[in-house]
Amino acid sequence: MTATVTRPAPPRRQAGHGGGSRRDREMWVLMLPALVPVLLFSVGPLLYGIGLAFTDAEAGRNHVTSFVGLANFGDLLADDEFWSSIRIGLVWAVSVTVLQFLASLGLALLLNQRLWFRGLARVLAVVPWAMPPVVIGLMWRLVYHPDAGILNSTLGTDVNWLADFTWALPAVIVMGVWSGMPQTTVVLLAGLQGVPRELYEAVEVDGAGTWRRFWNITLPQLRPIIVTITSLDFVWNVNQFSLVYVLTQGGPGGRTRLPMLFAYEEAFRYGFFGYAATLGLTIVIVVLALLGFYLWRQLREVS
Amino acid sequence: MRRVPQYAALLAYLVFLAFPLVWLLSTALKTPQEMAALDPAWIPRDPTLANFGDAFGEQDLVGAGARSLVVALASSLLTVAVALPAAYALARYRGLLKQVTLGWVLVSQVFPFILIIIPLFMVLRRLDLVNTLTGLVVVHVTFTLPFALWMLQGYVRSVPRELEEAAAVDGAGRIRSIVSVVAPLLAPGVVATLLFSFISSWNEFLFALVVLKDPEVMTLPLTLVRFTGPEGVSRLGPLAAASLMATIPSLIFFAIIQRRLRSGLMAGAVKG
Repeated sequence: MTATVTRPAPPRRQAGHGGGSRRDREMWVLMLPALVPVLLFSVGPLLYGIGLAFTDAEAGRNHVTSFVGLANFGDLLADDEFWSSIRIGLVWAVSVTVLQFLASLGLALLLNQRLWFRGLARVLAVVPWAMPPVVIGLMWRLVYHPDAGILNSTLGTDVNWLADFTWALPAVIVMGVWSGMPQTTVVLLAGLQGVPRELYEAVEVDGAGTWRRFWNITLPQLRPIIVTITSLDFVWNVNQFSLVYVLTQGGPGGRTRLPMLFAYEEAFRYGFFGYAATLGLTIVIVVLALLGFYLWRQLREVS
Repeated sequence: MRRVPQYAALLAYLVFLAFPLVWLLSTALKTPQEMAALDPAWIPRDPTLANFGDAFGEQDLVGAGARSLVVALASSLLTVAVALPAAYALARYRGLLKQVTLGWVLVSQVFPFILIIIPLFMVLRRLDLVNTLTGLVVVHVTFTLPFALWMLQGYVRSVPRELEEAAAVDGAGRIRSIVSVVAPLLAPGVVATLLFSFISSWNEFLFALVVLKDPEVMTLPLTLVRFTGPEGVSRLGPLAAASLMATIPSLIFFAIIQRRLRSGLMAGAVKG
């Protein structure tokens, strides 16, 4: 992500003529149609939402909202359900991101070779991307169905996967990996195809094997792309809602209640707007801290 | 034969990627009697299309599909109409406003929906737009806008500035040079962004769940979820059939842009 922001802009020839103020006016006029809805429905609500985290806002229309300072954060830290939801959320986001990355890297390496059936694999690899999350959730319900599902009859087991305290979270993670592989694979494949051929030719003269080539050239060359896509995947996974809501609704007994499901329930089932906003804000802080640490370590290793 | 391990790995991937899809299709083609039988089979013994008809009887799929279509069309057209001038400005001008906007595009990807949807819900409630399709369109436009901006400004950048300057030298005004030179080259990018916004809206579930409460206004994803609950095995066939039908627009979209995925979309989205 940072790579795209910090890239230096190409030197501009026209900076001298044309007059700055006219260009500024033109830019404002062109931006205005987008700025209005953004400010009204996105930036405004976002700031308002951050403010809500410090109030006792509730859904009822007659409820009088008052400022409560950090009281919500205190409640949150004392809430066992919050901690279990954070723990489940981290297990989910980290394992899905890591498994997704490893599986996608393997697939991208295969798709980058001249193999038979490569075309078929390429099409299949983007299909999950093309499916509505709701359909993905429903499809995996059919796969995991205890009686009519294919998993029990194939494995010879008799497990009610989505209602089992041990198996529900792993089952949800498998679906997460399946549904998120396309983006990661496509990005990694594009990265692989961008590695200059000459680098490989140079080490081939030295007689380096496949493994050494991968370790010494492919991986370092892919590094910026890997850091970017794993960061994005992690953020997307933390913010995941629809897939898991459709598959388990957070059950059994809260075993798959990701932070976003928890926040949704607090806000729209029980009507605690202020508390849910606190939850959202806390998750942002946790995510930014983890992401900042990860990116900082990556940057330090590079330099 | 050093390729054997590679083919084994490829086969494993194909199985993992394909098996849920095959199972969905298989379930959609089974009779209720077969669904009730123990030991389900991969290939339906007595394939039937009856589930597709039954699905329409169980839920108002036609109405939900029509509502989803209206919402997706309205929000994709609005998104692109609003984003196009701004994307041009972002790609061609510099200044503080540009930095702030691009920063916001990134921030909006990180912030969880819950922080925005609660106050947005309160705003919609004040405007009496809860439980209306208009309200959902507003939300969808808001949430698709950042990525649409990002995509479009990538496409604008790929149109060489020299072409515009050449038109200006020939005496064309700024507006004319944009309309006659930039617009035709930008058309594929605009179509791609339109399709992207359409599919985002068509597939979207969470905001619809928050905004729409009554079955009479529900979009397709919400209506599909109404199939579930304490379901009997007999309803799984129509559920699978309806799921397949709801996927068709997205599949068409991806068939169109499949070739662009690696070049166009990525150039616009990732490399910036």
